[in-house]
Amino acid sequence: MNTVVEVENITKTYNTTCAVDNINLSVIKGEIFGLVGPDGSGKTTLIRMIASLIKQNSGKIKVLGFDNVKDYKSIRKVIGYMPGKFSLYQDLTVEENLTLFATIYDSDIRTNYHLIEDIYSHLEPFKDRQAGKLSGGMKQKLALSCSLIHKPELLLLDEPTTGVDPVSRRDLWKMLKKLINFGITTIVSTPYMDEAALCDRIALFQNGRILESNSPNEIIGKYENLLYKVKSYNNYLTLQALRRFSNDSLVYPFGESLHLVLEKNDSGIDLIQEYIKKQNIGLVSFELIQPTIEDAFILLMQTKNSEIL
Amino acid sequence: MKHVKSITVENLTKIFGNFTAVDNISFDVEQGEIFGFLGANGAGKTTAMKMLCGLLMPTSGTARIAGFDIYKESEKIKRNIGYMSQRFSLYEDLSIIENIDFYAGIYGLEKKEIRNRTNEMLEKLNMKSIKNEMLSSLPLGWKQKLAFSTAIIHKPEIVFLDEPTGGVDPITRRGFWELIYEYAYSGMTIFVTTHYMDEAEYCNRISMMTEGRIAALGTPAKLKSDYNAIDMNEVFIKIAEVKRK
Repeated sequence: MNTVVEVENITKTYNTTCAVDNINLSVIKGEIFGLVGPDGSGKTTLIRMIASLIKQNSGKIKVLGFDNVKDYKSIRKVIGYMPGKFSLYQDLTVEENLTLFATIYDSDIRTNYHLIEDIYSHLEPFKDRQAGKLSGGMKQKLALSCSLIHKPELLLLDEPTTGVDPVSRRDLWKMLKKLINFGITTIVSTPYMDEAALCDRIALFQNGRILESNSPNEIIGKYENLLYKVKSYNNYLTLQALRRFSNDSLVYPFGESLHLVLEKNDSGIDLIQEYIKKQNIGLVSFELIQPTIEDAFILLMQTKNSEIL
Repeated sequence: MKHVKSITVENLTKIFGNFTAVDNISFDVEQGEIFGFLGANGAGKTTAMKMLCGLLMPTSGTARIAGFDIYKESEKIKRNIGYMSQRFSLYEDLSIIENIDFYAGIYGLEKKEIRNRTNEMLEKLNMKSIKNEMLSSLPLGWKQKLAFSTAIIHKPEIVFLDEPTGGVDPITRRGFWELIYEYAYSGMTIFVTTHYMDEAEYCNRISMMTEGRIAALGTPAKLKSDYNAIDMNEVFIKIAEVKRK
């Protein structure tokens, strides 16, 4: 069987708040599947349901063929779960935490050491330090090691890179990529758009729903609009000028420049450039570029919002 | 345009026991500039920022913030800066208007002034009709804008933003940066500390700290070209790796 996780029409409400709203997705063996979206969009709730820690109001989840409600005991044996909040024992040492997790699953550190070697080697010099006294990046590395030490078939990582600096983030992603060689399937949630590109497939989350689910390349490939990178001396003035030109044009800051989105058949860019030239805001350049996942997300959000209106 | 310095820092150093947290840093920030202050955890960002806010005395070196000396005029500094952190700025169990009143009071504004500025702010944020709603009922993006607005209710010359937009969706994040652009254009100096590299890309200039020192300083474009990197993330990794070797 190729499908590791099957999520069907899953809904979860807390009191009156709908955290997850009729979601469907399936995760295939050996892939890194990214749940990408802002805080409060339903990522954590979905991961906790897949991990059998909370129950849905309706719908069905199968993990390696097991039902997340009825067969929760079987599921817990085959998954590794790293919660978003640091949940190891702060007053145990690095090594004690790792030994504890291995022992719970009837294993030891040596048996699966090869899985965690790359990141645990950074921690080894501090193996006698209490977990509570580690830096943020180190804590994440230890938590990841603990979730892997029993060689799970499915790894569930809830925002493993939040609050972690770029170097540790890169180390972590390198390791996730390597896990594919051992047949481990990974579901990882992240608010970082740039990490979406590192996943095999992603689901873009917004308000408890999935806006789009596909491989990053295919999501970008479906982007049919024209996207211009607008460089200028002053982004604020240029943004104002572009909004003056047309109230409903989609233009937004994107790092050092602005991004301007036009319909795919829109030939108005010459008119816009002409207009901008007369605005007395210095040199402004327009360059047609390929979208990023973030641009795709923005366009999808925009489209959904106007559908609701 | 005349260039006025909002922040000047020269050879600033802070030593705790035998640990040098901030090691002889120097830089300037111009009025109306959006300045990104980056570095890994433990690089000395927080210590440096505490000194700039008048909360911690340096071991040596000098700095002037909004024209005031950090040794002799730290109280004046505190009255002329704003501070916003994504995490602890506002009270969830107070209403919008109560939060605004509270901050205005803390900054020592007169009653009449509080009323005027509160109205002005509610108008600008489009929150007039919901001013009595509890903060906890607001979407994250609205909270952020409100947190920023309360941080500048006393119209400071400089505002310090500590990881202002982590965890929000791309459209909300951009709404926030548009607000920042607007205030920077009107002359407010924006000092952003973050270790989210994509936030860094929105700044006019960036300094990157490692081990207490400023390892690189420049516009994002210049840093990217200096380090032959496609984004700030790669710049950060390259700087950190030079250090490691």
